Amino acid sequence: MTAFLAGLRQLRQYPSAVIGMTMVLSLLVLSLVTVLTIPYSEAIRLWRGAAGVWDESPELARPTWFQLFSARKLPKTIIVDTRQGGKEIANQPDGTRVVNASLRFAFPYDELPSAVGLWLSATYKEAQPFVILTWRKPNGEEIALEERTPQQTDRYFVSRDERLRERLQARSIEEALFDAGPRGNGALLRGTYELAVEGILFEPDADLEARLVVYGKVHGIAGTDAQRRDLSVALLWGTPIALTFGLLAAVGTTIFSLSISAVGTWFGGRLDASIQRLTEVNAMLPGLTLLVMIGMFYSRSLWVMLLAIILLSMFSLGIKTYRAIFLSLKEAPYIEAARTYGAGSFRIIFRYMIPRVIPMLIPAFVTAIPGFVFLEASLSILGLGDPDIPTWGKLLFDAYANEALFKGYYYWVLEPAALLMITGMSFAMSGFALDRMFNPRLRTA
Amino acid sequence: MNAGSTATVTVPPSRSVWRETLHRVGLYTLRRIAVLLGTVVIGTYLAVLIANWGGEVDKMREAQCKEKAGMSIQADPALQFLPPEERRRRYEQEVERCKQLQGLDRPFVARSLEYLRDALTLSLGRAMQLTSDSGSREVRNIILERLPATLLLFGTADLVLFFTAIAIALFLSRRYGSVFDRLIVALAPTSTAPGWFYGIFLILLFAGLLHLLPFGGMVDIPPPTATVEYAVSVLHHLILPVAAVVIGSICLSIYSWRTFFLIYSSEDYVEMAKAKGLPSGMIQRRYILRPTLPPIITGFSFMLISLWQGAIILETVFNWPGLGRLLYSAIGSQDTPVIVGTVVIYGYLLALTVFVLDIVYALIDPRVKVGERGIGS
Repeated sequence: MTAFLAGLRQLRQYPSAVIGMTMVLSLLVLSLVTVLTIPYSEAIRLWRGAAGVWDESPELARPTWFQLFSARKLPKTIIVDTRQGGKEIANQPDGTRVVNASLRFAFPYDELPSAVGLWLSATYKEAQPFVILTWRKPNGEEIALEERTPQQTDRYFVSRDERLRERLQARSIEEALFDAGPRGNGALLRGTYELAVEGILFEPDADLEARLVVYGKVHGIAGTDAQRRDLSVALLWGTPIALTFGLLAAVGTTIFSLSISAVGTWFGGRLDASIQRLTEVNAMLPGLTLLVMIGMFYSRSLWVMLLAIILLSMFSLGIKTYRAIFLSLKEAPYIEAARTYGAGSFRIIFRYMIPRVIPMLIPAFVTAIPGFVFLEASLSILGLGDPDIPTWGKLLFDAYANEALFKGYYYWVLEPAALLMITGMSFAMSGFALDRMFNPRLRTA
Repeated sequence: MNAGSTATVTVPPSRSVWRETLHRVGLYTLRRIAVLLGTVVIGTYLAVLIANWGGEVDKMREAQCKEKAGMSIQADPALQFLPPEERRRRYEQEVERCKQLQGLDRPFVARSLEYLRDALTLSLGRAMQLTSDSGSREVRNIILERLPATLLLFGTADLVLFFTAIAIALFLSRRYGSVFDRLIVALAPTSTAPGWFYGIFLILLFAGLLHLLPFGGMVDIPPPTATVEYAVSVLHHLILPVAAVVIGSICLSIYSWRTFFLIYSSEDYVEMAKAKGLPSGMIQRRYILRPTLPPIITGFSFMLISLWQGAIILETVFNWPGLGRLLYSAIGSQDTPVIVGTVVIYGYLLALTVFVLDIVYALIDPRVKVGERGIGS
């Protein structure tokens, strides 16, 4: 306990270690919270974005905090539903019934919404209802939208209604609906808008519901991508994935390299020499291109890649460093003692030699983690990311494929990049500081 | 080092010593060439094995046979009037003959050696989708056309990186503990992120926000016709990617090299030189840089290996028309021959890089010239 406290006190002298470890700790907490709040299957379902999952989120919306940098108030997504009230049904003398619903919403923003969509759901047996849609602006102007005969579910994406746009002679539907003037060439109108839905039902049991979605330009804490997916899902889930990947790769590589070099050093001779030659060859292999081939021809699964990475970096240059340590360790008295009482070679290697060097290797181990995290991101950027699992690298790939930098969707690039940076820096800072603590030969200040 | 060593080194080189030195350096070079070629062969064979694990190379060969047979049947005027079944039969025959010629009926081990030979000589036939800018579909032409762009970018970046890092590291070793020194130590962890990662930020800042430099590519579109303007345009496009490579590695290099210099500058012979009153520039060049350069060169050559591979993504991010960008498009269009070809050329590039640095090493490390035994005697 006192040793632990002394260690903590020593740690205080290294601010970068404290910062780094705090960052690592918060990343771990974030991963834990993510895994507990969004189950894995749910994350994959959301990220695959099956039909209907992201219908109500805007396309390419900036994160809400973007507002802080903009003097203009950007619209958020507004959803109004007849199920929340405001619907009246009146029986007509001819046996039909008339539904009157008013979808009202306040619009206090400084910019046009990104799109307008309407979902109609009708219950009927044979005769489809007939729906008349009227749009009322705050200044009293009215626009008649297309008339529809909805099926069970009918999606009317008003923004893409070319016929309506031509009829109104407007530049865009949003302008026509939200700017003053019948063609929408005036100023943006703030106030209460209304979409009047008038439906005629031809059957006694028939019913009609409507849901209006006015898509905003900001969404959530992370914004959305071109497929309307909320980036926060991938950003959050990317954290445990990146940490797990980096840790497992570092652990796997270290364990294998250590064992190989310990076995080689212990037995010496040809085995040792061939391990050394293999290490030299392996160091000059174009590893990343070989990984690309594996991803191309076999599997893009993250776990297959992890295995391939471990196999390719097993004979890493680290072996040379370990070898130097083991060579001196081999002559240590306690190994001599173990040998005299008759311990077997493998007992000596795995019980006495390897455990002895592990503490020395912790700094290098911690420093190696971000390299693997960035390797996964590199593979993802080449389009070889795991098809199912959302990762930061895949976000960057999507952003790059959609020319996000060129088109100014900076948040799409900056968010995963920032998380990668934080992860990389936190481990690297901790590792470097640990190295200076453990090898205090050139302690800085 | 003992007194004997100084004696051997200071003896004016006579003819026989020169011959012996040449002999040693030659032997060293040959040994390195053998090791490096061996590495290329192993790497390429691995690539062949991975590529043909699922029979990909076989499929590629078969597709090429089919294409060739189809073309030869089409082009033969004597076969134009044959009934379709007959032509079909001839086509199958032709494909079969070609497959036998290619050895597709032989066991894989024998074939894999053949593939290895073809891969090493880059005779990988025709690409499935991609073409070179001159319109050729030969894999070799496509790859060789992209090579200069990659060499230009990474040659420049590596040279800038090496000399800047050495200069700053030397400067810092004299100012140990200064603010700048501590800044570099604090920034050393930034090198865990690869160059392309900083490239994204650089593009965002200098191209997206400031509009000072281009988003990517190698020259303006359309390319300027005058040579000088062309060169200026290429330089203009070169700034950001080179900066990205340098930023991605420089802090760690400076940090570790300065540590090296610091260790060596506390050696007794450096103290002795200082006591003699030698100018500090001379002490740095002769007494610190000289003994530290060999290990630095070795470390640098391993760094270059990872830089070369980072090139794949860096070129993709910067849209630089080099090998990395080629590999990216080959992945996108599932072009197996081009992918295998790129792996092989990367193998060659890595080996060549290491070889060049080995030669530099031989030139600066006296042990290679004199021989380990020569020092003691």
